[in-house]
Amino acid sequence: MERVVYLDNNATTMVAPEVLDAMLPFFKDRYGNPSSMHSFGGLVAKDMLRAREQVARLLGADNDFEITFTGTATESDNIAIRGILGYYKEKKHVITSTTEHPAVLNLCKQLEKEGYRVTFVPVGSDGVVDVEFLKNSVTEDTAIVSIMHANNETGVINPVEEIGAFLKERGIPFHVDGVQAAGKIPVDVNKINCDLYSISAHKFHGPKGVGALYVRKGTRMRPLIYGGHQEKGRRPGTENVSGVVGMGKAAELALLHLKDMPKVAALRDKLQKGILEKIKTASINGAIEKRTPNTLNASFEFIEGESILLYLDRKGICVSTGSACSSGSLEPSHVLRAMNIPFSKIHGSVRFSLSRYTTEEDIDYTLQELPGVIETLLTISPFWDNEKKVGKIF
Amino acid sequence: MWEYTEKVKELYTNPKNVGKIEDADGVGHVGSVVCGDALTLYIKVENGIITDAKFETFGCGSAIASSSALTEMIKGKTVEEAEKITNQDIVEYLGGLPEQKIHCSVMGREALINAIADYRGEKPPIEDEPHGEIICHCMNVTDEDIRKAVHEKGVTNLEDMMQLTGAGTVCGTCIPRIEDIIEEEKSRCSVTPSCCDEPMTNLQKIRKIEETINAVVRPALKRDGGDIELIDINGDDVFVRLRGACSTCMTAQVTLENFVQEELRKNVSPKLNIKLA
Ligand SMILES: Cc1ncc(COP(=O)(O)O)c(C=O)c1O
Repeated sequence: MERVVYLDNNATTMVAPEVLDAMLPFFKDRYGNPSSMHSFGGLVAKDMLRAREQVARLLGADNDFEITFTGTATESDNIAIRGILGYYKEKKHVITSTTEHPAVLNLCKQLEKEGYRVTFVPVGSDGVVDVEFLKNSVTEDTAIVSIMHANNETGVINPVEEIGAFLKERGIPFHVDGVQAAGKIPVDVNKINCDLYSISAHKFHGPKGVGALYVRKGTRMRPLIYGGHQEKGRRPGTENVSGVVGMGKAAELALLHLKDMPKVAALRDKLQKGILEKIKTASINGAIEKRTPNTLNASFEFIEGESILLYLDRKGICVSTGSACSSGSLEPSHVLRAMNIPFSKIHGSVRFSLSRYTTEEDIDYTLQELPGVIETLLTISPFWDNEKKVGKIF
Repeated sequence: MWEYTEKVKELYTNPKNVGKIEDADGVGHVGSVVCGDALTLYIKVENGIITDAKFETFGCGSAIASSSALTEMIKGKTVEEAEKITNQDIVEYLGGLPEQKIHCSVMGREALINAIADYRGEKPPIEDEPHGEIICHCMNVTDEDIRKAVHEKGVTNLEDMMQLTGAGTVCGTCIPRIEDIIEEEKSRCSVTPSCCDEPMTNLQKIRKIEETINAVVRPALKRDGGDIELIDINGDDVFVRLRGACSTCMTAQVTLENFVQEELRKNVSPKLNIKLA
């Protein structure tokens, strides 16, 4: 493999060099425990505080103490939703959407098994959550509403401000899974009016294995795990100091580089235009105008996503697919299914996700290699008529 | 990322025998665009020997590799020989497949079965689309298959289910779900008796077994100078001990299976197994 073109930044991102530099001392001389009484540890507590402020700034939070560091965004999502349910014990209704990440979706399916009633709000064919449906689903019994800010597969952005305003009026706790939004679009928890907001460092050039949960001052919840006083008892256990410091630095850089996002969007649009021009069987999934600037979800009809991925991989191009060939499952990409995209397109869906490190050469190279791959796979496909150059579905 | 063998990589990068055979003697199609994988296999047969094979596939790398491998494997074989090829043979030819990809080899075998049926002028035995939700992703077994096995084949334990359907036999991840479904269906039986023959509680079953032994089995054995003792009942397994003449008799096992088991199955439940305690 000569070159690597990394277009899978919604899965994870490169650790920014500045972030790595910020982390390294904590593996060497600064190994103190922030809870220690001596100054050797105490100094580390200051580094933790700075990281908290950096993350608070990225999310537009008023106070550093509103940031709780966690192990992953998956954990943040779980602490948020279960934490609220643990406090409002008499309320047994949860509202979420059909296109959530499994971190929320599978938790909600589990809650159903435990006796909760869960409303899965549908999305339109553009992937945007149906706000009217959501509003009509709210009842006296609703304990929490959890809606993602931006979708990981399509990049589609939900109108969380509108939802937040509605819920605030009714005093219903609102959790937003912001993993795919933070660092890509401006985030302001006060404008959104959410009570909880989950993020993950590795999605914005920070290290893996560290996440954060914004908890609005005054929000009532119970912890999931019990232990020491770390993170105010919300997430006890000695802190992942290097990770937290790295996340802080990554948050600072992400905020700084939001100004680069139009450039990322321009590259994404170039890729999109090129694909649609060169490949007749291609189409785009998700609201074109309401997407994170880095994400492009395209379907290549009549062929299967994983084979596209494997062929691109041999050219050094890294992408991901919403196809579920690993399982032969009837439900490939629940997100695209929820958008009512036909199966012939869903199975051939490919997600290209860029970052501020993506170059024009990366995009040109991809546009040069992709059409040949699609052509080859169409030739093998039983659903493609090679002579007439049209699809045929059994 | 999947760990593919060199053979698999070689075959999905440069697949052999891709395409159609216009005047094929047998065509087998399995899967659909809905399922996310599909395979059409074309065979040419002369004097009972498969002289050519080609395929078209919609699927991932291992689907392409499995299809390609299959065409290589069957060429030159008689139809009867080809028919004996199992999905495991395909996996071996490929030097292995990741557990989650075993279903690709299953698909290959199914397409072959359909192609051979087509060659013989029979109806393709493998249906296009699986019904229900896939529970065992390795062997492509759906919840419907499992439910059916409970009601139609009387399978009520995991081991028998694995043996009959293949579900859970590769990676085993789905075993708890298989158990859940079996339990679900079993409990449904006791709610709506009409769907199963014998909606019996354990207690009822034990009582009926005792009755049958006392009324039918024991008197017959006693006539030959023997006797029987009921030791334990565990699910559908009935543990007994033979006494008197029967206990030393060479044909004890035969007696058990032919007579005691028959009687109990007839009078209590067709699923019972008699075992020597
Ligand atoms: C929207 C969304 N939520 C939650 C997560 C989970 O993040 P993590 O794997 O860091 O726990 C992801 C990661 O893909 C995501 O995209």
